[in-house]
Amino acid sequence: MKPQNAVITEVIHETPTITTLKTDIMLDAAPGQFVMVWVRGLDEVPMALSQPDSITVQRVGEATAALSDMHVGDSIGIRGPFGKGFELEGDRILLIAGGVGSAPLLPLAQLAHAKGVDITVILGARTGDELLFEQQFSKCGRVSVATDDGSKGHHGFVTELMSQFDLTDFDQCYVCGPELMMDRVLDILHSAEMEARSQFSLHRYFKCGIGVCGACTIDPSGLRVCKDGPVVHGNMLINSELGRYHRDATGKKIGH
Amino acid sequence: MTKPDLSIELTGMGMKNPTILAAGVLGTTGSSLKRVANSGAGAVVTKSIGIEPKPGHPNPTMFKLECGFLNAMGLPNPSYKEFRGELDTAKESGVPVIASVFGAHPDEFSKIIDGLDGADAYELNVSCPHASGYGAVVGTDPLLVEEITRAAKQTANAPVWVKLTPNVTDIVAIGEAAQRGGADAVVAINTVRSMAIDIHSGYPILGNLYGGLSGPAIHPVAVKCVYDLYQALDIPVIGVGGIANYQDAVEMMMAGACAVQIGSAIYDSISVFDDVTMGLSEYLVSHGLVLDDIIGLAHRKVGL
Repeated sequence: MKPQNAVITEVIHETPTITTLKTDIMLDAAPGQFVMVWVRGLDEVPMALSQPDSITVQRVGEATAALSDMHVGDSIGIRGPFGKGFELEGDRILLIAGGVGSAPLLPLAQLAHAKGVDITVILGARTGDELLFEQQFSKCGRVSVATDDGSKGHHGFVTELMSQFDLTDFDQCYVCGPELMMDRVLDILHSAEMEARSQFSLHRYFKCGIGVCGACTIDPSGLRVCKDGPVVHGNMLINSELGRYHRDATGKKIGH
Repeated sequence: MTKPDLSIELTGMGMKNPTILAAGVLGTTGSSLKRVANSGAGAVVTKSIGIEPKPGHPNPTMFKLECGFLNAMGLPNPSYKEFRGELDTAKESGVPVIASVFGAHPDEFSKIIDGLDGADAYELNVSCPHASGYGAVVGTDPLLVEEITRAAKQTANAPVWVKLTPNVTDIVAIGEAAQRGGADAVVAINTVRSMAIDIHSGYPILGNLYGGLSGPAIHPVAVKCVYDLYQALDIPVIGVGGIANYQDAVEMMMAGACAVQIGSAIYDSISVFDDVTMGLSEYLVSHGLVLDDIIGLAHRKVGL
């Protein structure tokens, strides 16, 4: 599809670095699916849908800075929704979110809450100010908070909070956050033999976004993050490139 | 009824079936090429590899239209030095791995081929329609194509295929130039130069402004190019352009292709290679034919 025109109807400054753009287009998407967001004349970048009509952007590069500075009435191009989202399984679930990784997990929490699923959220960020969607998650279930600087909740990483739970009590565990956080979470889930009952939302450099070009494939499975993912079960990630390296726009391996 | 033998020998290279992954599709990494090989492709072609790392054009680089796909990837590649390891990984698949190579002049092609020794064949990309200084910029000049092919042949320890652009007045003239340069086969066609504009804003959609069209829309264009090349050349023609099922493959072979490449159709499923091979097999059985009977059949029907 050619990009659809999406007009921004509301701008919400969630944290000092994270902004939600609500648009006039309501997409029929599963939680965890993504869209390719075209900032005309600049770039096109993949973004998780934080609501069926919204994307939530962290200012990290040129395109995300341009998006973060947009106003009501501005427009962007949207292709999607694409990829495989989260599959809601079981009656008791654990969500582990780091930073802007809360974005694809929020619609999952809302869907699970509507279905009466018992939800626990471990929410992490660098600082208390940067915690994303804490209030929204609190409406869906119990939330435990960790911040790197200790300004709110546990002083440390989300992985340290995982030890407070018997992980095997959960039917399914859903994870999205920085790569090294996800890698450590995978190790812990693997130790608890929970890797097959976990789902990770991955990030890689996307070009086509539709599973054809191969820029986002991961080793050694050759899975395409944009089409076979972005949500992948943890057992598919054991001994993978996760946490070790990714490829840049040229295809060169970049170590973590 | 026994299953017909679909194995072929193409430019001296044995293949279990005549389907090949086209260049530029899922060919960035060795593990991705292995995955395609394991899903049934008879051979795989890598992403086009150059002398220096290239990030490619800015996004959007590809999107789907109703009639096909528009892309301007911009030859992203990590350079032949970085790609060396990916080629070795791809070769673990056991199917032939063809290295697609692009350069601005004959020496560059030679240097890259030398650096990627061990490939089962080399496909010279003189046909990418949207990369400044490369691809079709060199591939529309018959003298340059001949010179590049000759240089590649002198360096390569494996067959050299030349992939042709349809964005010329006479593709046969370029095919003949490749043949004079010593090419072992030609591959036709690369994408058709094209463009799309966002009517909400007036911006061209591709980051590169224009690009190449692939998929169903270009299949008849490719059939005509293959038909003409088969008639004019003595070397094998490999058909590519919009092949998505066995019927498309049979048609391309009747035009003269001895093997087919499949690219965009992996959008629907990576199992397309298995599907085409099985369909081709059943087609041959039900018509009491072998592969050789259908290659170039259209020419024999009209007495050429």
